[in-house]
Amino acid sequence: MPAHALKVTGLLKTFGKNRVLRGIDLSLDSGSVTALMGANGAGKSTLVKIVCGYYDADDGEIELAGQPYAPANPSDAIAKGVATVHQSIDDGVIPDLDVANNLMLDRLAEPTASFFIREGKLRKQAQQVADSMGIDVDLKARVADLSVADRQMIAIARTMTRQPKVLILDEPTSSLSATEASRLFDLIDRLRDAGVAILYISHRTSDIRRIADRILCMRDGAISGVFENKPLDYEAAVSAMLGHSMNDIDFTAEPGSVPVLEIKNLKLTEKANAINLSARDGEVLAVIGLLGSGKSRLAEVIYGINAAFSGEMQIDGKNYQPTSVPDAVQCGVFMSPKDRATNAVVPGFDITHNMTLPFLSSFSTASFLNGKRLRARTQDMNQQLGVVCQSEKDDIGTLSGGNQQKVMIGRWLMEPCRVLLLDEPFQGVDIGARRDIGKHIRASAKGRATLVFMSEIDEAIEIADRIVVMFDGSIKGEHVNEKIELTALISDISGTVNGTVRA
Amino acid sequence: MSDRLLDFSIKYGFLILLIGLVLFFSFAANGFSTPRSAVFVLQSVAITGILALGVTCTLVVDGFDLSIGAVATSALMLSAYSMVILEQSAVVAVLLCLFMGAFVGLINGLLIVRFRVPDLLATLGMMFLLIGLQRIPTQGNSIATGMSLGIGVNAEGVFSPAFLWLGRHRFDFFLERLLPMPVVIFLIIAVLIWLFLGFTRHGRLMYALGSNEKAAELVGVKVKNYKIAAYMISGVTASIGGILLAARLGRGDIASGNNLLLDSVAAALIGFAVLGAARPNPFGTAIGALFVGILLQGMTMMNAPYYTQDFVKGAVLVAALVFTFYLSSRRTGAGH
Repeated sequence: MPAHALKVTGLLKTFGKNRVLRGIDLSLDSGSVTALMGANGAGKSTLVKIVCGYYDADDGEIELAGQPYAPANPSDAIAKGVATVHQSIDDGVIPDLDVANNLMLDRLAEPTASFFIREGKLRKQAQQVADSMGIDVDLKARVADLSVADRQMIAIARTMTRQPKVLILDEPTSSLSATEASRLFDLIDRLRDAGVAILYISHRTSDIRRIADRILCMRDGAISGVFENKPLDYEAAVSAMLGHSMNDIDFTAEPGSVPVLEIKNLKLTEKANAINLSARDGEVLAVIGLLGSGKSRLAEVIYGINAAFSGEMQIDGKNYQPTSVPDAVQCGVFMSPKDRATNAVVPGFDITHNMTLPFLSSFSTASFLNGKRLRARTQDMNQQLGVVCQSEKDDIGTLSGGNQQKVMIGRWLMEPCRVLLLDEPFQGVDIGARRDIGKHIRASAKGRATLVFMSEIDEAIEIADRIVVMFDGSIKGEHVNEKIELTALISDISGTVNGTVRA
Repeated sequence: MSDRLLDFSIKYGFLILLIGLVLFFSFAANGFSTPRSAVFVLQSVAITGILALGVTCTLVVDGFDLSIGAVATSALMLSAYSMVILEQSAVVAVLLCLFMGAFVGLINGLLIVRFRVPDLLATLGMMFLLIGLQRIPTQGNSIATGMSLGIGVNAEGVFSPAFLWLGRHRFDFFLERLLPMPVVIFLIIAVLIWLFLGFTRHGRLMYALGSNEKAAELVGVKVKNYKIAAYMISGVTASIGGILLAARLGRGDIASGNNLLLDSVAAALIGFAVLGAARPNPFGTAIGALFVGILLQGMTMMNAPYYTQDFVKGAVLVAALVFTFYLSSRRTGAGH
């Protein structure tokens, strides 16, 4: 029996007190696609980072094609035959270079590559790579000008020039639309036929249905399920991933009655259907949809960052037309944006300074800040949200992702508001912190309308009274969070009718 | 190196070095540790210090102002021009200069936030423009009373005593005629900027947007206004520096102030290393300016030749930068 392409035994990893991986065993075979499912914070990313050389494992062994394998750093891992395409695509391409140069970049970087570039040869080789991958883009185009999907394909094709034995794809469809994703799947099929062992990380059931030969589930740093007998049991995989069945929630949904924010005939773009939606006092309303469904755009419109194409909004019956963020905040509309590292965290500031940022004027007399009150208020909020830290003077960078997110959310709970918008509040947040945040948002929901924009169904079910689904810039369906029919919800999200994908 | 020692040396290393330097010169150089000598150091750093405090504000909003030296020399020429040639009073001259500084700052700010010119390039362009502009009214000549204005007409105006007072007056402070006016102004500006950046919400927001502009914008900070304000502060402080320089020299010397830009930027950057701040801060800037002043004064008193001065400043700056960036990267590296 031939050795596995990659075999991991007893992998352990601890960050501080946090045991992220508690003994992972898994194996990958050549010419097959293994899907790795796991909720946020299950330890998927850590596992990947060990395999591709970013972190050292605390304990455990890895074998690559039967040989012991311990990459010293990411380039060592690539040299040994483990290629990884990370979630953020732009790590994998050089935006200012053209497609041909991007595809050939790894060859150019080899120490044995010739000093002068032979343009013709480079383009010919690049063409070969592109053809073998079925990529049909202009090789002279600048990568920065390409669509996200094309960039993603190029990032993958680039890694293939090194002929890796193992290819790891970390949530590759998270920025792709449904049609773009299907092109990616064709590429993956091709690579599987070429005998590459593929680890496909995602928690999107629709992807996994399409692509996986077998499924591994991870939960709380351990493998919680292996599914390899056809037909694959997706339902069982999902509950192995979540550790509870989806309808297992400990609150009763209260959709509320008094409307706070009313959106009337709002068109995000010229072509989109009009959105009519009202968010009510005391309710938590989840707006879910895939990337490109328009949910972030809607959040931006409500927060005054972008203007809608047409339509109107009202808050408490009064006309609401924000022209800027300060304007929106003035009207009592607060938003915690997605991608906390780029959009929310102020590096170099401590917890207090980060948390109190929006409301400094209420902590100051004649512009002079009252340090004591700032810290007292932060301590208070830290306690309410269960921020794990030594004190409110800790630098924000010393906190874990989940705790940073608690601070970012806490920032907007400092003062009462009419409408609270949370865009992807559980991005890069471990399960414990996610529960804490969810609980606190629900507990404090009285007196405002809370809208949570997210792409994960299970997260929405965990927090919301009511769930609306966006697809293609408009609202596809609405569900009260009580005995939800998952299949209906999923088909709303993916735009499918009776389980077939609408192309 | 253990973590605690590393932390300690990041935080206090630079101050200890400063104290060590003072002690060393006190023993080695005769007459170094006297009030007169201390005041001399302060006076030598007062003007660069004021400019450095302004540039600190632009560094705080993650910008940079290369035009400060040119603004200062423009203020120098403008004050001389308005008094000597236009025969205006000291008050008019000072107000004109302050207004000019604020206006240049406004233009810098607008170039950067409205026309999206990168800060270094915008202020570099402004520096060039001002260096050229200040030469046009006098055909490239320095300005002094009695200078020829062509065809037998001479400049009749004089530097008013009130204006010269700004640069030359010395207050009694324990000793008679000890504290020069520029030093007092430097200290006042240092305290004001220290209070503004460290203790007001505007200062806090400026630091926030300098650290993560997008995040500041999304919490509702009026990012553009604050950026423009930072450049205006920088322009005004630079023009104050120019006024003091003119008042000390008593003439519109076209060639003075050549070193102002580099010296003040160096002071602000050395300031990063003070108390392990690793970011622009007014206290550090003042200490940075002082550090260079003490070093040069001590060396001069020990008969080091004047032409070694720039080399020494450069060496201090490079050392401070390594101190700041290398050591604090080690520290953050140790946290994970």
